Amino acid sequence: MSEGDKPSGGEVNAQPEDEPKKPNLHAQRDRFFIRVRFSEFGKVRFISHRDVARLFERALRKLGLPVAYSEGFSPRPKLSFGLALSVGYESDAEYLDVELTEKVDLKGLAQRFTDAMPNGITVTEIIELDAGAASLQQAIVSCIWHIEVLGMSIAEMEAITASTMAATELPTERVRKGKTKVSDVRPSILGIEVVGPTENGVAIAAHLATEQLSMRPSELLVLLGIEPDQEGRITRTHQWMNLDGERCEPICLSEPSSKNETRDVFPGAFESTDSDTQADELHGVS
Amino acid sequence: MTTVWPQLEPLLPRVQKPARYIGCEDGAKAKLPDPKLVSWCFTYPDTYEVGLPNQGLQILYEIINERPDARADRSYAPWTDLEELMRSHGVPLFSVEHHTPCNEFDVIAFNLSAELTYTNLLNCVDLAGVPVRTADRDDSHPLIMAGGHCTYNPEPLADYLDAVVLGDGEEVVGEITDVLVKHRSQPNASRADLLVALAQIESVYVPSLYEVTYDGPSVAAITPIGTEAQSAPSEIEKRTVADLADWPYPKQQLAPLTEVVHDRLNVEVFRGCTRGCRFCQAGMITRPVRERPAEQVRTMVAEGLERTGYDEVALTSLSTADFSDIADVVTDIIDDGDKADKGPVSVSLPSLRVDAFGVGIATQLQRAKRTGLTFAPEAGTWRMRQIINKLIREEDLYEAVDAAFANGWIRVKLYFLIGLPSETDEDTLGIAELAKNCVAIGKKYNNRASVTASVGGFVPKPFTPFQWFGQNTQEELQRKVDLLRDATKKMRGVNLKWHDPKATLAEGIASRGDRRIGPVIEQVWRNGGTFQEWSEHFNLDLWLDAMADHGLTVEDAVYRHRTEAEFLPWEHLSAGLHKDFLWQDWQDSLAEVGLEDCRWTPCYDCGACTGYGIEHVVASAKPPAGGSQGTGQDLASGGAVPVVLLTSSERQSATA
Repeated sequence: MSEGDKPSGGEVNAQPEDEPKKPNLHAQRDRFFIRVRFSEFGKVRFISHRDVARLFERALRKLGLPVAYSEGFSPRPKLSFGLALSVGYESDAEYLDVELTEKVDLKGLAQRFTDAMPNGITVTEIIELDAGAASLQQAIVSCIWHIEVLGMSIAEMEAITASTMAATELPTERVRKGKTKVSDVRPSILGIEVVGPTENGVAIAAHLATEQLSMRPSELLVLLGIEPDQEGRITRTHQWMNLDGERCEPICLSEPSSKNETRDVFPGAFESTDSDTQADELHGVS
Repeated sequence: MTTVWPQLEPLLPRVQKPARYIGCEDGAKAKLPDPKLVSWCFTYPDTYEVGLPNQGLQILYEIINERPDARADRSYAPWTDLEELMRSHGVPLFSVEHHTPCNEFDVIAFNLSAELTYTNLLNCVDLAGVPVRTADRDDSHPLIMAGGHCTYNPEPLADYLDAVVLGDGEEVVGEITDVLVKHRSQPNASRADLLVALAQIESVYVPSLYEVTYDGPSVAAITPIGTEAQSAPSEIEKRTVADLADWPYPKQQLAPLTEVVHDRLNVEVFRGCTRGCRFCQAGMITRPVRERPAEQVRTMVAEGLERTGYDEVALTSLSTADFSDIADVVTDIIDDGDKADKGPVSVSLPSLRVDAFGVGIATQLQRAKRTGLTFAPEAGTWRMRQIINKLIREEDLYEAVDAAFANGWIRVKLYFLIGLPSETDEDTLGIAELAKNCVAIGKKYNNRASVTASVGGFVPKPFTPFQWFGQNTQEELQRKVDLLRDATKKMRGVNLKWHDPKATLAEGIASRGDRRIGPVIEQVWRNGGTFQEWSEHFNLDLWLDAMADHGLTVEDAVYRHRTEAEFLPWEHLSAGLHKDFLWQDWQDSLAEVGLEDCRWTPCYDCGACTGYGIEHVVASAKPPAGGSQGTGQDLASGGAVPVVLLTSSERQSATA
């Protein structure tokens, strides 16, 4: 190995972010970005966000994609995820942006990606992304959650949601960064709808804000007075971005546009059940 | 098929790290439960993160699943939060593949790598719904077996284990399966018949077929019982796989979904060690050295990286930089990684030699990421290092540390033992001196240079020259820790870390105990003492109370020097090493006489090769560059040493 190949330590923490932009190595190279949409159902819902990131890193290596790496002593592949999915929650709408050093052919890539991931994680769509596109972290403003509440009737659930939605303010104690603070969380609840009965209870779809006063499904359930043991499956069905006042998904699944137009506030709230069972069957447990 | 998944699933959102319990690893075998197949559940008695990477279990798991007449799953000790829920909801211990209850397997086989996991073994057996004592089990229960380094003294668990395997498991696991297959075809054969049949397999020890007589604090004899003299052998020999090339396992190392310790590809490059460090049980019991052919190492690395997507591979062994021709092997691996063009690959050697050669390799290897550098001089003075036969000169260490700091590392870790035979305070304080001098070297290159000295209390182990040595008392070890704390307090850049002397004492109770220690371990477990390897759960009082309740003392069990004439509790077992060789080495040690690496010098007749008619197997005629560490030996003559040389062409013709 020649001298020149050694990692050069000087580049670690080379530039504070607020310094004026200087031409650097990154700028001199061409960079390409892809955005990946994936779902997470079944047993894999018990792995952490960090675990998902590690699995994608390994999958990218298996596929041999030309991933861009960070500089320095410990080069890492340049991946950026949207909002973390809590351990135990499923999702139909997870996103990942990958920086590449050259263009790749996207045809068939989603399937190859899925094959390189564990059962239960399915890559549903991959698109090319403009280099200047807003990052997922910046752009996501709200999520829709499909929440099963066990041991409750539709009527009971409707009464609870109606009174919650009717409230003009909901002062709530919240712990953020180790500090307890009372805030009005009513603006974070953008909508709740009872979607229908399930085998063991009732399902609701909740549209919750993720910026400023963000709200988690578990916090909503506490607010609605639902006990922890009544919490059933929780699935993220959508993440919404706000681009110049327009609400859109980071990747809209390729569906007939007419269907998109007819979607109501909580489209596809029940779409998850099929793939859910499917994922478990793959593990031989049914 | 039975699965506890429907009962388990609702419990998982309520526990920490539920990913521990879902299996789904890349490489996992999904051979479905089938009553026609002999079934093994390989179990590690600690958490999933600690147990999953265990290579021994992964090797046996693959070997069994390759057989048409058998299948294997894996299981791990559930953390205390899940255990509590499992007990309150009636969920038994399960395998992670199919969540099958463990008591539905023919065998639950444990890997025993650490004494402080013994209480977890009992807990796992109990959680599986199996009586913890062998005497209480019947035909409906699985066999409870164990293998691994701790089984070289299985006596503390003798009343709890149906059978124990000594040494390499690759061959024995198949021979046991053969016996189990045959047993199934004999519906009238009892569990007792099965145990006798197992005892006929070389290297399988069935403790219930032996009786122990005592002589005060020591054992008088351990002899086979039963009317038939043939019921069990009077001495059980360890098993040694003659050539690792025949066993390229694991072929599909498990890549877990969640982070585990050693989260990387691991390729075992050799087994055995001939350095002869006198404190090191692993080095003594795994002799002779058997290197994997370099070409096979290269293939296993390339295929493993390709399949798993890992960016790091560790070449594992007891002292990897001693692998013949290691420099060429790692160059090849790096070249292969470059050719595959799938991102930077780093190669790590978990045990680095204390010399500049080792650092040179490390610098070359760690491309993808730089972890810390660790050296193990083990003792603070040359006198002490002669006693333990870790023949590293001070200048070797300084040269290594200089090379490390010069190459950009800013933190270096040094491992030491305290409580070694004939240790004086000067020897103990030598640790602080070495660390201080290393920091001074580091400051030449970087003002932030620091050295962590990690200090562990020495626990004498069976089948080592130190097996006769009385362990330092808890108070003495604590005093030595305090000496070092005082000495390093004002040394800038020196961080001291130490292992709790209380835990060292508990480890000592189990390490050289006889069967009288069994009820102590059982009581510790019954009083809630699981996960004793974990500081947040370790409780010495549980151990001391249990000792007192059974009329035993730590003075007799741990602190007492054993005599030459004494029958040791593992004397009916054999690691191949002659007792007189070990005794002589113990005497040499006390006389401060070192012993050179026997791979490159004439045979000392320790017994490990000669007793089994096998020899060291090395992959290349080229000895490792840089000399055999600190022994002052000229390795230019390496090609002429009395070892078997394996070149790839010879191998092909041998197997053809």
